[in-house]
Amino acid sequence: MISDGVVEDEEKWLSAGIAGLQQNAFHMHRALDSNNLKDALKYSAQMLSELRTSRLSPHKYYELYMRAFDELRKLEIFFKEETSRGCSIVELYELVQHAGNILPRLYLLCTVGSVYIKSKEAPAKDVLKDLVEMCRGIQHPLRGLFLRSYLSQVSRDKLPDIGSEYEGRDADTVMDAVEFVLQNFTEMNKLWVRMQHQGPAREKDKRGKERGELRDLVGKNLHVLSQIEGVDLEMYKETVLPRVLEQVVNCKDELAQYYLMDCIIQVFPDEYHLQTLETLLSACPQLQSSVDVETVLSRLMERLSNYAASGSEVLPEFFQVEAFAKLNNSIGKVIEAQENMPIAGVVTLYASLLTFTLQVHPDRLDYIDQILGACVKKLSGREKLNDSKATKQIVALLSAPLEKYKDIDTALNLSNYPRIMECLNDGTHKEMANVIVQNILKNKTCISTAEKVDALFELIKGLIRDLDGDTHDELDADFIEEQNSVARLIQILHSDDPEEMLKVIETVRKHILTGGRKRLPYTVPPLIFSSLKLVRRLEKQEESVSGDEASTTPKKIFQLVTQTIEALTSIPVPELALGLYLQCAEAANDCDLEPVAYEFFTQAYILYEEEITDSKTQVTSIHLIIGTLQRMHVFGVENRDALTHKATGYSAKLLKKPDQCRAVYACSHLFWLDDHDSIRDEERVLLCLKRALRIANAVQQMANATRGSSGSALLFIEILNKYLYFYEKGVSQITVESIQDLIKLIRNEMQGDASPSDPAADAFLASTLRYIQFQKDKGGAVGDKYMLITD
Amino acid sequence: MNFIVGAFKPACHISVTFSDGKNRKQIPIKKDNGQATTVPLFHSQDNITGTITVEPVSGKKVEHNGIKVELLGQIEMYFDKGNFYDFTSLVRELDVPGEIYERKTFQFEFSTVEMPYETYNGVNVRLSYVENVLGYRYVLKVTISRGYGGSITHFQDFVVWNYTPPPSINNSIKMEVGIEDCLHIEFEYNKSKYAILTQLYFTSPFETKLNCTSCCLLGQRLIAMLILNWNADLSRYHLKDVIIGKIYFLLVRIKIKNMDLEIRRRESTGSGSNTHVETETLAKFELMDGAPVRGESIPIRLFLSPYELTPTCRNINNKFSVKYYLNLVLVDEEDRRYFKQQEITIYRIGETQ
Repeated sequence: MISDGVVEDEEKWLSAGIAGLQQNAFHMHRALDSNNLKDALKYSAQMLSELRTSRLSPHKYYELYMRAFDELRKLEIFFKEETSRGCSIVELYELVQHAGNILPRLYLLCTVGSVYIKSKEAPAKDVLKDLVEMCRGIQHPLRGLFLRSYLSQVSRDKLPDIGSEYEGRDADTVMDAVEFVLQNFTEMNKLWVRMQHQGPAREKDKRGKERGELRDLVGKNLHVLSQIEGVDLEMYKETVLPRVLEQVVNCKDELAQYYLMDCIIQVFPDEYHLQTLETLLSACPQLQSSVDVETVLSRLMERLSNYAASGSEVLPEFFQVEAFAKLNNSIGKVIEAQENMPIAGVVTLYASLLTFTLQVHPDRLDYIDQILGACVKKLSGREKLNDSKATKQIVALLSAPLEKYKDIDTALNLSNYPRIMECLNDGTHKEMANVIVQNILKNKTCISTAEKVDALFELIKGLIRDLDGDTHDELDADFIEEQNSVARLIQILHSDDPEEMLKVIETVRKHILTGGRKRLPYTVPPLIFSSLKLVRRLEKQEESVSGDEASTTPKKIFQLVTQTIEALTSIPVPELALGLYLQCAEAANDCDLEPVAYEFFTQAYILYEEEITDSKTQVTSIHLIIGTLQRMHVFGVENRDALTHKATGYSAKLLKKPDQCRAVYACSHLFWLDDHDSIRDEERVLLCLKRALRIANAVQQMANATRGSSGSALLFIEILNKYLYFYEKGVSQITVESIQDLIKLIRNEMQGDASPSDPAADAFLASTLRYIQFQKDKGGAVGDKYMLITD
Repeated sequence: MNFIVGAFKPACHISVTFSDGKNRKQIPIKKDNGQATTVPLFHSQDNITGTITVEPVSGKKVEHNGIKVELLGQIEMYFDKGNFYDFTSLVRELDVPGEIYERKTFQFEFSTVEMPYETYNGVNVRLSYVENVLGYRYVLKVTISRGYGGSITHFQDFVVWNYTPPPSINNSIKMEVGIEDCLHIEFEYNKSKYAILTQLYFTSPFETKLNCTSCCLLGQRLIAMLILNWNADLSRYHLKDVIIGKIYFLLVRIKIKNMDLEIRRRESTGSGSNTHVETETLAKFELMDGAPVRGESIPIRLFLSPYELTPTCRNINNKFSVKYYLNLVLVDEEDRRYFKQQEITIYRIGETQ
């Protein structure tokens, strides 16, 4: 309510001010038209008196000021004409000073002063000096700022700069221009700062806001300075920067210091900053402790980084001025000086410095480590970081080298890198670990030594194991994603040296075994496969390099693998373990290690018997077993018999009849291997198939009994296919008759009244028959064989 | 009838013509009846020569006991209107007693006349108190003495300006520091402090730039301390001069709204218990807008030419004085006024100087 009232009142005052201004401007125009100097001065002074108000906020005052500004342009033109009509500019300069009120007087003086400089009757520097000095009369911050802003505006194209038409005759003409702008800047800044301290304390925030609106008036001076042609590096170094910094430091105002430092950084060229780094940086620790120095410095480093990135030809400049040392030193000092700087600020600073260093000194890992070290020093000994801003910065800090080098190797060489990771809270640690892993995956970095792997896994331990307090058991999508990444990471670890690779594997194993039940199902398989890959490689090598006395033997690896898989037993994932055992068995088979392979199978069988209780899992497992066993050729007859016997036994014991049937006919393959003459037991193949048929019959009967209708003929068709397979392979026990009988049987089953129509079975049968026909048509030996089958 | 008309009309016209009148500068003045006119300008030590023409109204003779011309320097006190104190009186006899029938001219000459004081017109009659308003003029009085009907007199005004070299610095200039109205009384309590300050102020009278340190005191509280640094010749300015200076704020304990520089004129007439003082503010010039902080310096540049000033007059014939003061006024946010005043001497320099 109250503020509404104030705003309304302000509107009223503004419109009153504008009305007064326009009225006097009207009279002024008439005086201008009739060349009446006296009246023109009188009414312009009255018009400018409207600017004496104290009631408007900066925003509204600006509106009023702009209107007055427009009118003053017209007046300036009039003054110029007046001088060309013979009125002496010097007299005019005196005449406007007769005005009794100071504010209109000074606005008029600046306006005439502008014409005075243009007339070149006096050196620009003298006029400017007088103007800037006289403006001291306005001590009211708002009015003073606008007046000086006006002065700056009318004078900016009339500075005695080098190459300007107002250039002075003496050598240090630029100095005069600089001196003028600097003085105006200093005074404006003083007024601006003073604004904060005047008026009631309760409106402090409001004043802060209002000052924010005015900051560009002050900053503009710096911009003007940067535009002066004559300000070369030398002058910037010797005069401009020290003077500006002096003002910035001495004003002791938070808002001003922050804004002006940023201004300096933004308006002057990069190479100037580089050459005056020391001076600029030395100001930073002297700023008020509440100033956001970290942002200021970050911006500076950002600029320098971009400058460095602009081309390699500028890099020598950086080396020459020892930019890194200076920045590093200065950051240390700032952090020291500002005791209550939030940790986020500290990290921001180091992150910026790091970015800078990566850009300028990509080859100096020691610098980077130094930065990280400093950061560790600051971070250690306190609570783990929980500030979200700080953690974000830390992640940025740690990610920067990875992105730059695209190579975790480099990061692993940084001794302080893991130490920073130590300081992170669990969430952040995990996040960072993820970043690292993703980086490796993206860049396909090859990490080939056990030592590095060890360091890496230590680094990403947030992903590898539960950290304190991280006990939630849910497997959310993120977790699965993370673990999959780890799995991929394990896959790409590679060393050409088998011995080293074994070490790598051992190291990884050491780490992942700490991962707990949640992680092992994700991490063990890739490790196993990685190990098996090594085994296969060794196998190949052994063939080429015989008699190698390597300590890395498949046996040893298998031992390790066994132990690893055993770790899974603590978690109820028997089907996974079983699959892995079978994989290992196959690998052992390839290495001709019969006992090992047998051992793996034994383990798999034990798991099957003891752990796998779910019927569906049993089905898939038994098929796995059968499939694997079928390919094993390393076993002697005895071992093989034992294993196949067991497998068929398991098959027959499955819970559901159809499953039994399918498992049993699958077992038939165990007795017939195409490429191994030793394993061709026609009798047992037939036995299996017959047994399957029996079971299929039983299924039909059961269906009849329970539902009153026969079940699908699908199982029969499947068995028919097996028959055809073996018939084709030349198993003599499979006779044409038996096939024809089977087909007949199937037809009967399908045509029976009670049988339900099953499109899948129909299609299956149709395509099976089509196959038979196809083989007949093909001719040749096989065709001849098929010709014997008649429906 | 003619006789009656003739009795109320002057019997003759008298006119005065200065021999170099055409070359002399004409100065606008305001006559008693409010009409503006211009009169010639003379300086001290000038020769005042010319002709006086007496022309009887047609067909009449003027019988007289002698004609004389007097050069009078007169002070007219308005509270004592009509009474003139002549401080200069020179007489030239123009004619022996006789009769004038027709137009007759007489030459006159006052050579190297000492006219030490300048013409001065005081405060506007209509606006001031009659008793202490004064006028001060030079006049030529032509008198035709007659035995009957009274003498015929004619006054011819002229203006005297004296260009003077800059007056020597008066080291005993006093500075008055005060606070208007009731606050003044409180200030009086602190006379000892004030004395210390004045002492401080006069420690180095021979400096070309004299620093005027002053403290404005409110009760027991020191509210502001500032140094006034005027142009080199302290406290003396010619009529077209510019007051240049700087004010340094050493200490500010009040919220100053603005600061003005005023030029005040003080006319004092009479002496002793009959002294009448009239003060008027001729110029009010804003020097500063807003509140300065410690260490600020504010420039002063005040052109005197736009204001109607006259040279300072001190104790003219024990009758009157005209003095000028610079008054620095600080106004705080509650519109309290703090001021310090300092006399300045104003003098006239030649046009060419």
